Amino acid sequence: MSSSLNPSSDLRAQGVVVTSIQDLYNWGRKNSVWPLQFGLACCAIEMIASTMARYDMARFGSEVFRPSPRQADLMIVSGTVTKKMVPQIVRLYNQMAEPKYVIAMGACAISGGPFKQGYNVLKGIDRYIPVDVHIPGCPPRPEALIHALMTLQEKIGNQSLTGEGRPRHLRADAPSEFPIPKQGSHDVEPPFNPDVWKAPRVPVRG
Amino acid sequence: MEPLLEFPNHVVLVFAAMAVGFGVGPLLLARIWALTFSPAKPGKEKCSNYECGLASSGDPGGNQNIHYYLYAIVFLVFDVESIFLIPFAAAYTGLSLGALLTMAVFLLLLAEGLVWAWLKGVLTWR
Repeated sequence: MSSSLNPSSDLRAQGVVVTSIQDLYNWGRKNSVWPLQFGLACCAIEMIASTMARYDMARFGSEVFRPSPRQADLMIVSGTVTKKMVPQIVRLYNQMAEPKYVIAMGACAISGGPFKQGYNVLKGIDRYIPVDVHIPGCPPRPEALIHALMTLQEKIGNQSLTGEGRPRHLRADAPSEFPIPKQGSHDVEPPFNPDVWKAPRVPVRG
Repeated sequence: MEPLLEFPNHVVLVFAAMAVGFGVGPLLLARIWALTFSPAKPGKEKCSNYECGLASSGDPGGNQNIHYYLYAIVFLVFDVESIFLIPFAAAYTGLSLGALLTMAVFLLLLAEGLVWAWLKGVLTWR
């Protein structure tokens, strides 16, 4: 679009900023993503490091780790998710207010990682709650977490306020809470939430 | 004396309207926003008590009996009594009979509280 057809850039050249409610809303939200203060395993140490002065996550508006899910926007699943811990994580996610986002940090949180074959380790938290950003690494460095946060900010910035493609928290029919699995005799039951996760299928070449 | 007309009443009304608007305005905007774009989605799990992720057990609104009234009574007996006794002792020789009787009733009531606490076993250190 040429500048003569775009009133926004003409006004901007005159020092006037024009924006839409959607952009203003997204701008405000993406620059104040407050994470929930909880860590699961060694990845949490990297998460702590990324909030400290050397990496300084405060530059992105995310330094305020909240001790209560009522005040948090982002859940950083930082580390190995044992099956004993799954109900608590899903319950905490349910208790967070909308809009809420999830970063699965590290190999364990996205797939089970080095403990994938373990009887007590969940093979990825995305089996129960919708994950927005996955970070590989064992553990991911603070730069990787900050990159994930920037990716999430980009995602929030591109969300639309109306229309069919609007995100979950703006849809009245989309769920705000997800069923909490229970401890069965051998495994957590159900082993995954079919509304959130489907087993990946490898296409068979004919 | 000059009347207080240099600060007319309608300024107070303007301030009051601003104060109310400052409080109610954001709430109203949030309500309009929720009705227009973002539907409220309360739920059983979402509204449950925050117990660090665990399911809460028991009734959080139950009776928490901390026996505070015992401390309150013993505090009254010992602390308030001494506050009144010092001026009473200082002015003892110049007091009328009525004042003496009033003070006697007051001391009797407090001593009654002390006896009650004593019988109740509050003074026994456990």
